[in-house]
Amino acid sequence: MSLLELKGVEATYGQIQALHGVDLEVDKGEVVVVLGANGAGKTTTLRAICGMVQTSGSIVLDGVPLVGMDTAAVVRLGVAHVPQGRGTFPELSVVDNLMVGAYVRNDNEIEADIEKWFDIFPRLGERRTQLAGSLSGGEQQMLAVARAMMSRPSMLLLDEPSLGLAPLIIEDLFSQFAQINKDLGTTMLVVEQNANLALELATRGYVLEAGEIVLSGTAEELRNDEGVRAAYLGA
Amino acid sequence: MQLFIQRLVEGLSNGAMYAIVAVALVIIFKATTLVNFAQGGLAMFGAYMINVFAIEQGLPLWIGFLLGAVVMAIFASGVERVLVRPFDPEDHLPVVLITFGVAYILQAVAGWKFGTEFKSFPSLFPAKPTDYISVLGARVRYERLGVILVLAVIAVAVHLILNKTKIGLAFRAVSSNTESARLVGVKTGIVLNFGWVMASFFGAIGGGMVAHFTQLDSGFMDKILIFSFAAATLGGLDSINGSIIGGLIIGLIESPVQPMIRSYVPGFEFLTSDLALVVAFLLILGVLFVKPSGLFGTVRVERV
Repeated sequence: MSLLELKGVEATYGQIQALHGVDLEVDKGEVVVVLGANGAGKTTTLRAICGMVQTSGSIVLDGVPLVGMDTAAVVRLGVAHVPQGRGTFPELSVVDNLMVGAYVRNDNEIEADIEKWFDIFPRLGERRTQLAGSLSGGEQQMLAVARAMMSRPSMLLLDEPSLGLAPLIIEDLFSQFAQINKDLGTTMLVVEQNANLALELATRGYVLEAGEIVLSGTAEELRNDEGVRAAYLGA
Repeated sequence: MQLFIQRLVEGLSNGAMYAIVAVALVIIFKATTLVNFAQGGLAMFGAYMINVFAIEQGLPLWIGFLLGAVVMAIFASGVERVLVRPFDPEDHLPVVLITFGVAYILQAVAGWKFGTEFKSFPSLFPAKPTDYISVLGARVRYERLGVILVLAVIAVAVHLILNKTKIGLAFRAVSSNTESARLVGVKTGIVLNFGWVMASFFGAIGGGMVAHFTQLDSGFMDKILIFSFAAATLGGLDSINGSIIGGLIIGLIESPVQPMIRSYVPGFEFLTSDLALVVAFLLILGVLFVKPSGLFGTVRVERV
């Protein structure tokens, strides 16, 4: 059974409809990628899941319908969202960013978890008392991911994690995603324009165009699809 | 020298009062990027509530202060929930108009319920003519030092709440990035409500401190609020520490500096204390022109 299922999801910003009936499934433990050009509705799809945009249709997480639920409640069900542009708290220290990430938790392992993420991202550990706003783009993205993972989510939503980062840092980051998926079993839905990397990480993918899914398949199938190659792989 | 010390202490204690109200303004601003014009009204009404508990009901004054502050905190919580939250937080105009409305309603209700004549208001600290210490021949009064002490206690309390509690962490997160705060599961409405509660609680205590020196009537906070705006603007509207320093600077300008300029600088004889408000306004304008983020405020940079 799928962990996350979207059926006929429509989303609107005021008068403008951004999604026209999106169907999408993510199985437990899977990494699924959504490819698409700017304005195709990739970010909106993630925002719809988190209750951050006017949405209709059906979104079900582990049997629980999410449409109409507020963001704080969706997070409590185990969804963590790394927004586009990282969305760190620039005026808070690195440690405080991670503390806020654990806001929904009440156990006593929060500090141990922070140390665990400092082991995974040592550059964050070196900068623990620094303000997040003073970090480089790559470090901010690491912080955003670690912060999202601090809530111990079952479902991680990543919105264009490669945006604005140097190629080496992107590769590093994507291998961390693979590692997290493997070690912790965290299910991931990744929205990306960098199709090459995303299809390496993902098991399956969807192509979104003008608010509709136009293609879906395994990573292998998408990599070999003529249209995908022409539009997203530059081949 | 004697006069200078006396004016210095007077300036610092006035400044401390502006600072207390400025801290309240900054708390709301940090949470909502909104200037709360009702802050003066909330502080004024708070002073009346203290008066009700301490004078009319005869409770000890410090309990009156606590109860008055609690009543105003509950009231502000209601204002936020009923009048502020339904509006889009990005759209400031309706909410600013609402804070104006709340200010005038509080003023009208105070005049109607408590009368329009001036009432004397007690001090939390010894205030008899003999309650002073001599410093180089100057009489430094306990009631003046007490205000500075209260400011220090409030500053420490706010610091502890924001930096050592979970709701404080959530508050800092919301003021740093509201959308991301939502994405980690913070219920932003509750956090903003908490901001109003804190601001109104400390504001009421500030009102009670001021009322002793100005006497109590429905308009006694009007002038103070302008000085507190100046203090918050000068220190940085999103900086608690900045607003405290800003308050003390405004107090010092008003008390030792301005009279000294009047007395010693030829051509400035016109600079009487009646012009203190004008000076405060000019200072607000000057800061906004030269350094809009204030002395200690965050310079907002557009990030890519």
